[in-house]
Amino acid sequence: MTNEQLIEQLSKAYPAAATKQGGQYPEITMPREMLHSFMQNLKSEPNLAFDYLVCESGVDYPEYLQVVYHLESTTHRHFLVVKSNTENRETAVLDTVCDIWPTAEFHEREIYDLLGITFNHHHDMRRFFLDNTWGHPLRKDFKDDIHVVER
Amino acid sequence: MADIIEKFVTTDEIKTDEYLVNMGPQHPSTHGVLRLLLKLEGEIVHNVDPHIGYIHSGIEKMTEALSYPQVIHLTDRMDYLSAHMNNEAVCLCIENALQVEVPERVKYIRTIFDELQRLASHQLWWCASGMDLGALTAFFYGLRDREDILDIFEETCGARLTLSYSVPGGVMFDIHPNFQTKVKAFIKKFRKILPEYDKLLTDNIIFQNRTKGVGILSKEDAIAFGVTGPTGRASGFSCDVRKHNPYSAYPYIKFDEKIGTDGDCFMRWKLRMDEMWESLNIIEQLIDNIPEGDHAVKMKGVIKLPEGEFYQRVETARGEFGVYIVSDGKKNPYRVKFRSPGFSNLFTINHIAKGWKIADLVAIMATFDLVIPDIDR
Repeated sequence: MTNEQLIEQLSKAYPAAATKQGGQYPEITMPREMLHSFMQNLKSEPNLAFDYLVCESGVDYPEYLQVVYHLESTTHRHFLVVKSNTENRETAVLDTVCDIWPTAEFHEREIYDLLGITFNHHHDMRRFFLDNTWGHPLRKDFKDDIHVVER
Repeated sequence: MADIIEKFVTTDEIKTDEYLVNMGPQHPSTHGVLRLLLKLEGEIVHNVDPHIGYIHSGIEKMTEALSYPQVIHLTDRMDYLSAHMNNEAVCLCIENALQVEVPERVKYIRTIFDELQRLASHQLWWCASGMDLGALTAFFYGLRDREDILDIFEETCGARLTLSYSVPGGVMFDIHPNFQTKVKAFIKKFRKILPEYDKLLTDNIIFQNRTKGVGILSKEDAIAFGVTGPTGRASGFSCDVRKHNPYSAYPYIKFDEKIGTDGDCFMRWKLRMDEMWESLNIIEQLIDNIPEGDHAVKMKGVIKLPEGEFYQRVETARGEFGVYIVSDGKKNPYRVKFRSPGFSNLFTINHIAKGWKIADLVAIMATFDLVIPDIDR
């Protein structure tokens, strides 16, 4: 499916979400309530068939935290970027997608460790790189007088 | 550690015959500092819990305080065996964002370096995993031949491991006058050496018994776990970024994407051996045809990316490497995420090592070709 067709199909099926052509790939910003069912459809619908979660990253914005999913279909070879925002920076909670793509389990543990986003229904929400004495270092307001030297 | 044991003990997750053993962080077959918490019954592995982060250096956080050309030097330190591919990924990402077209000469040089780096990486993988499986001779052979490639690197760009040879807009220096002759001499020599590698291990019956049918990863699992590179391709997952999203000089050349079927340790082994032959073919197609021209385009002194998000994927020796840059228009990136191939590859280990013995777990880890700084970042 070409990028235009993909955008057209998604914006028709999900009018509540913002769909646009990004710099390279189609982008869709999904409200967090619909995220899990939307992701399930992305994988199960035969003409979408996004079965490969390439990358899952968290980004810290001033108002909210965002999780970005880079998805690819190994049958149709189309690519999609899905974004979902948390309510605000204090209650940073999203639904997990690790039941859809098992690789997400570890990407989500990394995001929890470094950005402090908790994932609902994730069965193993432990710290990953760091231990419990640390905060969440990829947050912009992270201050650490011991380990970080300000220049 | 204490809290994990407590968790197992309090929830009755450990059966009477089971016990926990730490493999690593200083185990020779973990190739670095990786700790696997094994749940064993006798010698049979029941569960593998990888604990990472021993050399987590916070590269993603550091990039937020650095300028774009400085970020390139940090990427060497992640997957130090695929340093040039990592550099190239960041450079391509910056060039795409600024819509800079690099000269043809740069594309050729970068691709030759990619393939030389892949060869060097596979050589080290070959000798180190031979050693993991108890064949020490392989270690000396592999390191001996890898030296030739590192010498070629040193002559052109001054570094042997952390190349930092790609810069936004091109490469740092033009190639050394001896570069082409030396590469051709190396290819000629290595074509004779590769069958020796096969004689030493691939055709060895002891080695085959250790690897055939061991640690099978199905194609569906490879896709679901995002296992890329030779490891994923050995399971039949066509995931070569060079083929599906070609960059640099890959669109100009003919090469086969090697795809396996079995997904066992031997297939992963065989696939990397085949990839070495393919890399030699790729370099041979390019080395005589490097176009004349500049080795870089002039870039601005301070590189500022336009506001937005940019993603670039390249194929390293271990699999798909991705760079995701979020820019707010300043001279530092707002957020950089590195999608490292080793990270996704490692976490299938619990899935496929269950039911095998500890010695098989070593074979599985050897054929996964793990580089720990790539996982920990």
